[in-house]
Amino acid sequence: MSIVEFRKVTKTFGEVVVLREVDLSINAGEVVVLIGPSGSGKSTLLRCINALEEINGGDLVVDDISVLSGRSQVRVIRQEAGMVFQQFNLFPQMTALENVAFGPRRVRGLSKAEATEQAKALLQKVGLADRGHHYPSELSGGQQQRVAIARALAVKPKLMLFDEPTSALDPELRHEVLRVMQALAEEGMTMIVVTHEMAFARQVGTRLIFMEDGKISVDGDPATLLKNSENPRLREFLQHVH
Amino acid sequence: MEFDWSVIEDALPALLGGARLTILITVVGLAGGLVVGFLAGLMRAYGNTILNAIAFAYIELIRGTPIVVQVMFIYFALPMLADIRVNPMTAAITAIVVNAGAYIAEIVRGSFLSVHKGLKEAGLALGLPMWKVLVYIIGPVAFRRMIPPLGNQFIVSLKDTSLFIVIGVGELTRQGQEIMAANFRAVEIWTAVAILYLIMTGTLTLILRVTERRMRML
Ligand SMILES: Nc1ncnc2c1ncn2[C@@H]1O[C@H](COP(=O)(O)OP(=O)(O)OP(=O)(O)O)[C@@H](O)[C@H]1O
Ligand SMILES: [Mg+2]
Repeated sequence: MSIVEFRKVTKTFGEVVVLREVDLSINAGEVVVLIGPSGSGKSTLLRCINALEEINGGDLVVDDISVLSGRSQVRVIRQEAGMVFQQFNLFPQMTALENVAFGPRRVRGLSKAEATEQAKALLQKVGLADRGHHYPSELSGGQQQRVAIARALAVKPKLMLFDEPTSALDPELRHEVLRVMQALAEEGMTMIVVTHEMAFARQVGTRLIFMEDGKISVDGDPATLLKNSENPRLREFLQHVH
Repeated sequence: MEFDWSVIEDALPALLGGARLTILITVVGLAGGLVVGFLAGLMRAYGNTILNAIAFAYIELIRGTPIVVQVMFIYFALPMLADIRVNPMTAAITAIVVNAGAYIAEIVRGSFLSVHKGLKEAGLALGLPMWKVLVYIIGPVAFRRMIPPLGNQFIVSLKDTSLFIVIGVGELTRQGQEIMAANFRAVEIWTAVAILYLIMTGTLTLILRVTERRMRML
């Protein structure tokens, strides 16, 4: 049973075609690592899944709901598909705890006490139990990104989308975020991750997708592809990110 | 010429009465102006083409004409066009609502749009409807950025009430003018009037400073 299904999805920005009739089916439990040159459409593909970008052609079905089925259904999709951004995008006027409790309160309608209780547990899970009362501006990048992961998890999504979650971080802060993501994958979360972290792709990924110019050109097992790919452009790409 | 304190002493009750009217017009007018300004500003920032065009026309109309003309229009022209009788006080308050509303709309629009779009996306990505994103996420951030320019507009509007002398509202400047016309003590009277304005604008500035300091700026 696929949880995400692209059927000939096309996305354009004005004259620019960013996704060209993409077909892609992702099953529950998969950890898909998405790579490709800058501008190949990775972020756009991810953002189409939770309808932050509207598709222009084809159909895209997430957990049995089409992204074309109207605003209230789109909101359901967004609750099923949590998103983590490159720039964290934490709410600056809220503490870490409030950030995490926000979704359950305002989306799921939990009471403040319940939401806070849940948020504490989630912060504990990402290793930030003692940082709950800090504002985002008082946290390091790695800590902020872990709060952002907890915030997305708080809405209890079935699927998590990560758009270069470690690219804005100093190298020494990346592993703390990657560790949280790995733990999440080990719990069985379905994940789609745009990243340049090839070690993560090899160790955690169950599937590697290489995008080029709005199309999926390679799709397969990460270990095999990273060791020895037949696609010359993928080999070339991997040489640059390594 | 000698500065005669007793002139001020005699004039003070009337001047304070005028100041009270000035405050009344300003407070009620700005309260209305904030409502209008938020509405028009949000229409500009997030409305569809039609709402956007309506708000744009309103803002440009008001910003492109002097407030004296606006209040004259409300007080003298409106009753002739439509059959609406307005007293000077109502005309004065309406003028502030309409005038400040247009400037506040631009402040509101600017500060909402200045909020990093990643915050909007993060809110939407959680599954919130847009209005909740505006109320709970963007609004609170934008509001903090609004305080300095809003304070500026409040002070401008307070001083603009002095122009309502043209329709005979008994606010502070009008009171000063009337007393001066009777006793010809220009120095004392205008000094006292200026000081009363300074006290009012100073208080406003103080309130805004305190509010600003209490909030974490984002
Ligand atoms: N909002 C937008 N308006 C216009 N063009 C856009 C917009 N967003 C993306 N694009 C264009 O779409 C193409 C794909 O962008 P996308 O962000 O999906 O690439 P990417 O693979 O994520 O690249 P990167 O590795 O640099 O993040 C690019 O050519 C980009 O300029
Ligand atoms: Mg990208």
